Amino acid sequence: MPQMTDERVRAGMTREEDLSLLHEVSMKTAGVSHLEMCIQCGTCGGSCPVAADMDHTPRMLFAMLRAGMREEVLRSNTPWLCVSCYHCVVRCPQEVHIADVMYTLKGMAIHAKLYTDSTAPHFSQTFVGMVETFGRGYELGLATRHYLRHFPLRLPGMMPMGFGMISKGRMAITPKKIKHMDQLHAILNRAKELELTS
Amino acid sequence: MNKYLLYPGCSMDSSAKAYMESLNSIVEPLNLHLEEIEDWNCCGATEYLGINLIPAYSLIARNLALAAKQTSDTRTVVAPCSACYLNLAKADYYMQERPTLGAKVNEALAAGGLEYKAGTLDVRHLIDVLVYDVGLDAIRKAVTHPLSGLKVVPYMGCMLPRPDYQHRWSDHEHPTELDDLLRALGADVIDYPLTTSCCGGHMTQIGPETAFELIHRLVSDADERGAQMMVTVCPMCQMNIDAYQNEMNHFFGTDFHMPILFFTQLMGLAFGKEPGEVGIGVELVSSRNALAHIGVEVPVTQEPAVPRKKDEGLSMPRRWTKHEGKKEAVK
Repeated sequence: MPQMTDERVRAGMTREEDLSLLHEVSMKTAGVSHLEMCIQCGTCGGSCPVAADMDHTPRMLFAMLRAGMREEVLRSNTPWLCVSCYHCVVRCPQEVHIADVMYTLKGMAIHAKLYTDSTAPHFSQTFVGMVETFGRGYELGLATRHYLRHFPLRLPGMMPMGFGMISKGRMAITPKKIKHMDQLHAILNRAKELELTS
Repeated sequence: MNKYLLYPGCSMDSSAKAYMESLNSIVEPLNLHLEEIEDWNCCGATEYLGINLIPAYSLIARNLALAAKQTSDTRTVVAPCSACYLNLAKADYYMQERPTLGAKVNEALAAGGLEYKAGTLDVRHLIDVLVYDVGLDAIRKAVTHPLSGLKVVPYMGCMLPRPDYQHRWSDHEHPTELDDLLRALGADVIDYPLTTSCCGGHMTQIGPETAFELIHRLVSDADERGAQMMVTVCPMCQMNIDAYQNEMNHFFGTDFHMPILFFTQLMGLAFGKEPGEVGIGVELVSSRNALAHIGVEVPVTQEPAVPRKKDEGLSMPRRWTKHEGKKEAVK
């Protein structure tokens, strides 16, 4: 951490620059994130199909990370609205792995219990619960649990769709399970231990 | 013979079973040999990555490890689903780009007696191998019933051409592979600038307002351009635009009727297969009228029994529309 100079104090700067949050997010992201290389050009927000619904554009969020605003960042709805379309990723002049940074921020918000709207975290957790139980996705179980919990009023309007999917054989009533569930469990349990020690 | 290891993905035997059926119908005319990866598991879609990093990549890598172990005389894995393709391809790439990730994932895999050396396999999407391995000439030769007069917009979706770390596609934002393939089938391909715009992905489940907006953009633009149907390469795109089109129409007060089929279904039809052999009829927005333009008769199926709304009776919660605020509607 750089020492605060007299000049910086005179300029009104009362806090030390702290890049630890930026580095933490970068290190927790898959691949080499290039997050530190962001030049604040805003191409990401301008390319984003859902930026209008976001609390902060990706550019703004990355500036907040640099400023160490942990709680504000983890409470932002931005990572939860990211649809992983990778438009920003291929346009970013600094090759920041923006979509993967969003995944990292979601995980950090879940662990810190700092998300504001629980719909998306619950959906992810229910989905993962199905996968950890069966090794495969289970659409009917996922949809039923998720809609009853978060969109009960949406259910009546969705009945025709649900009936259609089931009657046309596009939604299985019972889940499919992989053969070597024990092997998958062993792998995932070990992976979770490795995540904690990282 | 073109031989590949197949990673079908969870949706291929449920919501996207039409994709699987139509894929099965074209393997023989194109001399493709697909060998399913034994005991493959879900790739985690876009959900696991947002919870835990190492478990998410270990879940994906178990499939790569199984595929590598199974390899007989091919090292190419083919995924028909764009999300599966991206997850498998990204895991393979990031395990090389960040060796510590690769090492941790392998430590986890070892707990299940598996290992995977990143870079051992080639991960490719189905349309990639059809266009670049099988080739458009071979596809053209297999066409017995050209789709002349069928006006289609090619919808590639977002996860296929991006981020494209392996440099497989002609362009990140306006790739032409699907256009070229549909033209080879004789279809009347309409230019569709939104071809790689997002369908909303999982937002139909967690933020429907956002998803409806994205679906509306895609469907209304296809409609304005005079398309009779959209053609997709991804189960998620098909599901969002087909199954949620009705809800989207209610939300915006519109009346779109834009069928969306998998490109393999059109390939099957062009190769002379019957609609029933290529999974036509299970889409919720019927393609019957669109296919009538090329003389394909889709048998009328029994419409599903839907509880009818009675004129008199207890009031039920109303459908969610744009004019009711989100807060009032969900709570």
